[in-house]
Amino acid sequence: MFEAIAFYLFAALTIVMFTITVMTSQALYAITAMAAGMIFISAFFFILGADFLGAIQIIVYTGAVMALYAFGMMFFDTTRNVVEKRTNPRIVFVLGVLAAVMVVAIFVAPIVSNNIQALYPIQENVGNSQAVGMVLFTKYLVPFELAAVMLLVAMIGGIVLAGKKMDKSLTLMKEEEIDGLDEGFEPEAGGH
Amino acid sequence: MAITLTHYLVLASVLFVIGLIGVMRRKNLLMLFFATEILLNATNIAFAAISHYIGDLSGQMFAFFIIAIAASEVAIGLGLLIVWYKRTGKIDLDQMNSMRG
Repeated sequence: MFEAIAFYLFAALTIVMFTITVMTSQALYAITAMAAGMIFISAFFFILGADFLGAIQIIVYTGAVMALYAFGMMFFDTTRNVVEKRTNPRIVFVLGVLAAVMVVAIFVAPIVSNNIQALYPIQENVGNSQAVGMVLFTKYLVPFELAAVMLLVAMIGGIVLAGKKMDKSLTLMKEEEIDGLDEGFEPEAGGH
Repeated sequence: MAITLTHYLVLASVLFVIGLIGVMRRKNLLMLFFATEILLNATNIAFAAISHYIGDLSGQMFAFFIIAIAASEVAIGLGLLIVWYKRTGKIDLDQMNSMRG
């Protein structure tokens, strides 16, 4: 009973928050509703017994991703209303059909999966974090290391992309001046 | 009334459709990134629910990797977006047609 109440409450809250995110024309409303929706989604993970995943959801999404978005929004003009696109009806039709097919596939999946054996059954006397650790560092060790390398690459890429020539305003310069900047920049960096 | 796997899958598909609507109607690239985050979160819910109801931890593992991918995507995407905004002053999708010549 408690589970049902919690599920419906958080489902309604999440859907409302994400609808606001998608439909609003104010960027600040969108990011705030988005952060709230992320927190509400972590509630589902706690209900489902995936405690570690819920904590990671709060830390990574509302801690890191949302902070990064808020940081990025400081560069953009967010006071202006967001203009919407006039979509091509054919594209909308094709995407709608694809989405419908995918929804059918999602609903069929549990029927097909009735005869699937659990490869890594959840043990009774072990907490969720411990069980996650045991599976993550045995079976999924290589993907884990690859994800670490990917995050490192993304971090370096983000620093290089956003931090380069931070002291110059590229908006006020002509294309030729920007190209001149790159040429003047290369010999000391490349060393050729 | 017990909550079954179908409840969670319906919720995940509803959230996914909300994200798809956002992807289709947004022109501002920052708003488009928000919509993609919604898509990734909807799949995370589905993975966690299937992991719980089948009794297998693999679903949670995939959810972890999806979160890692989402974090990398945000870092790289925002970096590119800031560079683009510094050069042009706009982050609208319709104006990114410089390769048309």
